[in-house]
Amino acid sequence: MSYFNLSKLPVGATAYVQRLHAEGAIRRRLLDIGFTQNTPVSCLYQSPAGDPRAYLIRDAVIALRSEDAKQIEVDCRDN
Amino acid sequence: MGLTKQSTGHSVTELDIKKLTPNDKVIALAGNPNVGKSTVFNALTGMHQHTGNWPGKTVGSAQGIYHYKNENYALVDIPGTYSLVSHSAEEEIARDFLCFANIDAIVIVCDATCLARNLNLVLQTLEISDRVIVCVNLMDEAKRKHITVNCKKISEILGVPVVPTSAGKKKGLSTLTAEIRRTTQNLSGKTPKLTQYRSEIESAVAMIEPAVQSVTDKLPSRWLALKLLDHEESFLRSLDSYLGCSVLEIPAVAEAVKSAKAFLSAKGYDTVSFRDALVCDLYRHAETISQAAIRQTDTLHDRRQLRTDRLLTSKWTGIPVMLCMLLCILWLTISGANYPSALLSNLLFGLEEPLSALCTSVHMPSWLHGALVFGVYRVLAWVVAVMLPPMAIFFPLFTLLEDLGYLPRVAFNLDHAFKRCRACGKQALTMCMGFGCNAAGVIGCRIIDSPRERLIAILTNNFVPCNGRFPTLISIITMFFVAGTTGIVSTVTSAILLTGLILLGIFMTLLASRILSDTVLKGIPSSFTLELPPYRRPQVGKVLIRSVFDRTLFVLGRAISVAAPAGLIIYCMANITLGGTTLLSHCSAFLDPFARLLGLDGVLLMAFILGFPANEIVMPIAIMAYMSESTLTEFNNLVALKELLLANGWTWLTAACTMIFSLMHWPCSTTLISIKKETGNWGWTALAFFLPTAVGMLLCFFLTTGVKIVSLL
Repeated sequence: MSYFNLSKLPVGATAYVQRLHAEGAIRRRLLDIGFTQNTPVSCLYQSPAGDPRAYLIRDAVIALRSEDAKQIEVDCRDN
Repeated sequence: MGLTKQSTGHSVTELDIKKLTPNDKVIALAGNPNVGKSTVFNALTGMHQHTGNWPGKTVGSAQGIYHYKNENYALVDIPGTYSLVSHSAEEEIARDFLCFANIDAIVIVCDATCLARNLNLVLQTLEISDRVIVCVNLMDEAKRKHITVNCKKISEILGVPVVPTSAGKKKGLSTLTAEIRRTTQNLSGKTPKLTQYRSEIESAVAMIEPAVQSVTDKLPSRWLALKLLDHEESFLRSLDSYLGCSVLEIPAVAEAVKSAKAFLSAKGYDTVSFRDALVCDLYRHAETISQAAIRQTDTLHDRRQLRTDRLLTSKWTGIPVMLCMLLCILWLTISGANYPSALLSNLLFGLEEPLSALCTSVHMPSWLHGALVFGVYRVLAWVVAVMLPPMAIFFPLFTLLEDLGYLPRVAFNLDHAFKRCRACGKQALTMCMGFGCNAAGVIGCRIIDSPRERLIAILTNNFVPCNGRFPTLISIITMFFVAGTTGIVSTVTSAILLTGLILLGIFMTLLASRILSDTVLKGIPSSFTLELPPYRRPQVGKVLIRSVFDRTLFVLGRAISVAAPAGLIIYCMANITLGGTTLLSHCSAFLDPFARLLGLDGVLLMAFILGFPANEIVMPIAIMAYMSESTLTEFNNLVALKELLLANGWTWLTAACTMIFSLMHWPCSTTLISIKKETGNWGWTALAFFLPTAVGMLLCFFLTTGVKIVSLL
């Protein structure tokens, strides 16, 4: 199992949330959106400039900037 | 009694509930962003609160009353929120209202297509109230996506009524109103089943609950115990002001909280991991429910949405598609407005003569006759004939795009540019709202969490032309920049030029944002999360009828209230003489030297000043002023109008400067009032006034001077 941050997840791939390094307001925001441990998250597509990118989490598409995605540690399982 | 400052003695919430009778039931309508709350609200109250397919469309809280079985229900539409933990001022108001107001029932509207994540808010709300009704909306959309939702099962698990609806098609609403009635009368016979947290948390809660019970019986003790452990500052402030005392300073409570926290700490929980655990357990519960009650058989629909999204946001197609879309809308507006515009001007200017004859036949004094017909009526006719058609076409087109869900993709595409200017990508959304009306755009800035970024968005909103300025730009382009071409070539060229002008406005928005970030509003960009909602088929018929109807009435009302007095002033100024010359000549001669520096003339600058209450009347006023000093009388089409302007010394440079100045000058009075309300500060309001004015004047000055120098060489 390899750990890396969400901003490195290739488009089209899926990983599982391990932990959040964000603090304060953005941490709560991410939790509310559903970035809790072991939740699958996939990167669907990116904007013309490559940042922000759109992620599928709990049936919703959420755009995150790379600075914020870097605060989310994920792991890739069996694929 | 609803929650007002008078009724509680505390300023817990800024919401005032308007009721018809004191016995009216207060119903709060809550839910995640973009689940169709406003549609449910409109369907129940019969009101026309504007809806749009993007999160944060409802800012402020709409209220409406509906009548059911001899009782009035005051429905309060609360801005969408993911949870009862607040992030922005807007969400704080929503949270305080749900937690502390005397509400008779809370309806949580959910999206049937992603119910699992919506349940997070439902589960949190169950902890604060036992009078909750879950409304599972967008059932029609779920059906299209082959998702089946077993509402009966969910109702069994949650212990509250769960009603499936498709509010857009008015399905399920009668069941919803019936359930609301039963709940407010305590007839539902159900008790909510609350989320069981992990055992450590449950033990800690049990340690605090008895102490809290003795403090208040108005709030559920279990929930209060959880919130005290959570220790969120802004919530504790609201709680203290609601109770009228500081809860954590009550010895018994303080003691209990302290020992509960010590217990948690011994089990390895600090504040952060405690909060994480709460959210995780809520989501786990939500997952269990959705696994038991929701079945999804096909993902074809999602794949189609994904293909569309990739096309609309990819590196090579994202921006071009966006530009094409803008161009297309502008072209439809320009070419579509031609015919009704000609028709209206023939009709209205044709009426001028009979009207004049009527005044003569009733022996009206000539000064009154002149003022009414050549002053008031003529300006009104100009506003309606030239300004109304493009507005009536542009607005519904734009609303369709909004309903479709395209605007969040615009924000997604443009976020990088805004980030580089140290602003928020959501500013692209408020900028787009500015195309409709700058005042609406300014109020819309509430969706931006960071106060610094919100101010930037407010101060720069005026750099995109509103609906009231489009017709001015369109008519000038048609007269001066596409002359000699006809038909489709002419309208397409006009649309391209107008797109260019809008891009200039967007560029200035970004530049001004960057300058503000580097000077008075220093800071780094904050975090950014933006939901990209699924595309929805717009309710075409409804959009067309409502926006044409509402807009038409609104513009006509504004034309009468603003253009009529302005027309009167111009007429009086043109006819009152002082020392041999008219007042109008005095004024324009006074403004002329300065206006010439900007490539304008005294009359135009005066028209811009008089157009302060509404941008729609700037061109009509200028035309009136030119006409009053001219011997020509027939000006019912753009060809004649161009001759009038040429006779008054207009060149292509005057036209270009007028367009630039129209794009960038002070915001109209309505927008400034909104800015004052939103910022609560005269300083920012003044900056919002001077920033675009200074930019516009500088650009016009440089262009004029540049052209002069080049022509001298």
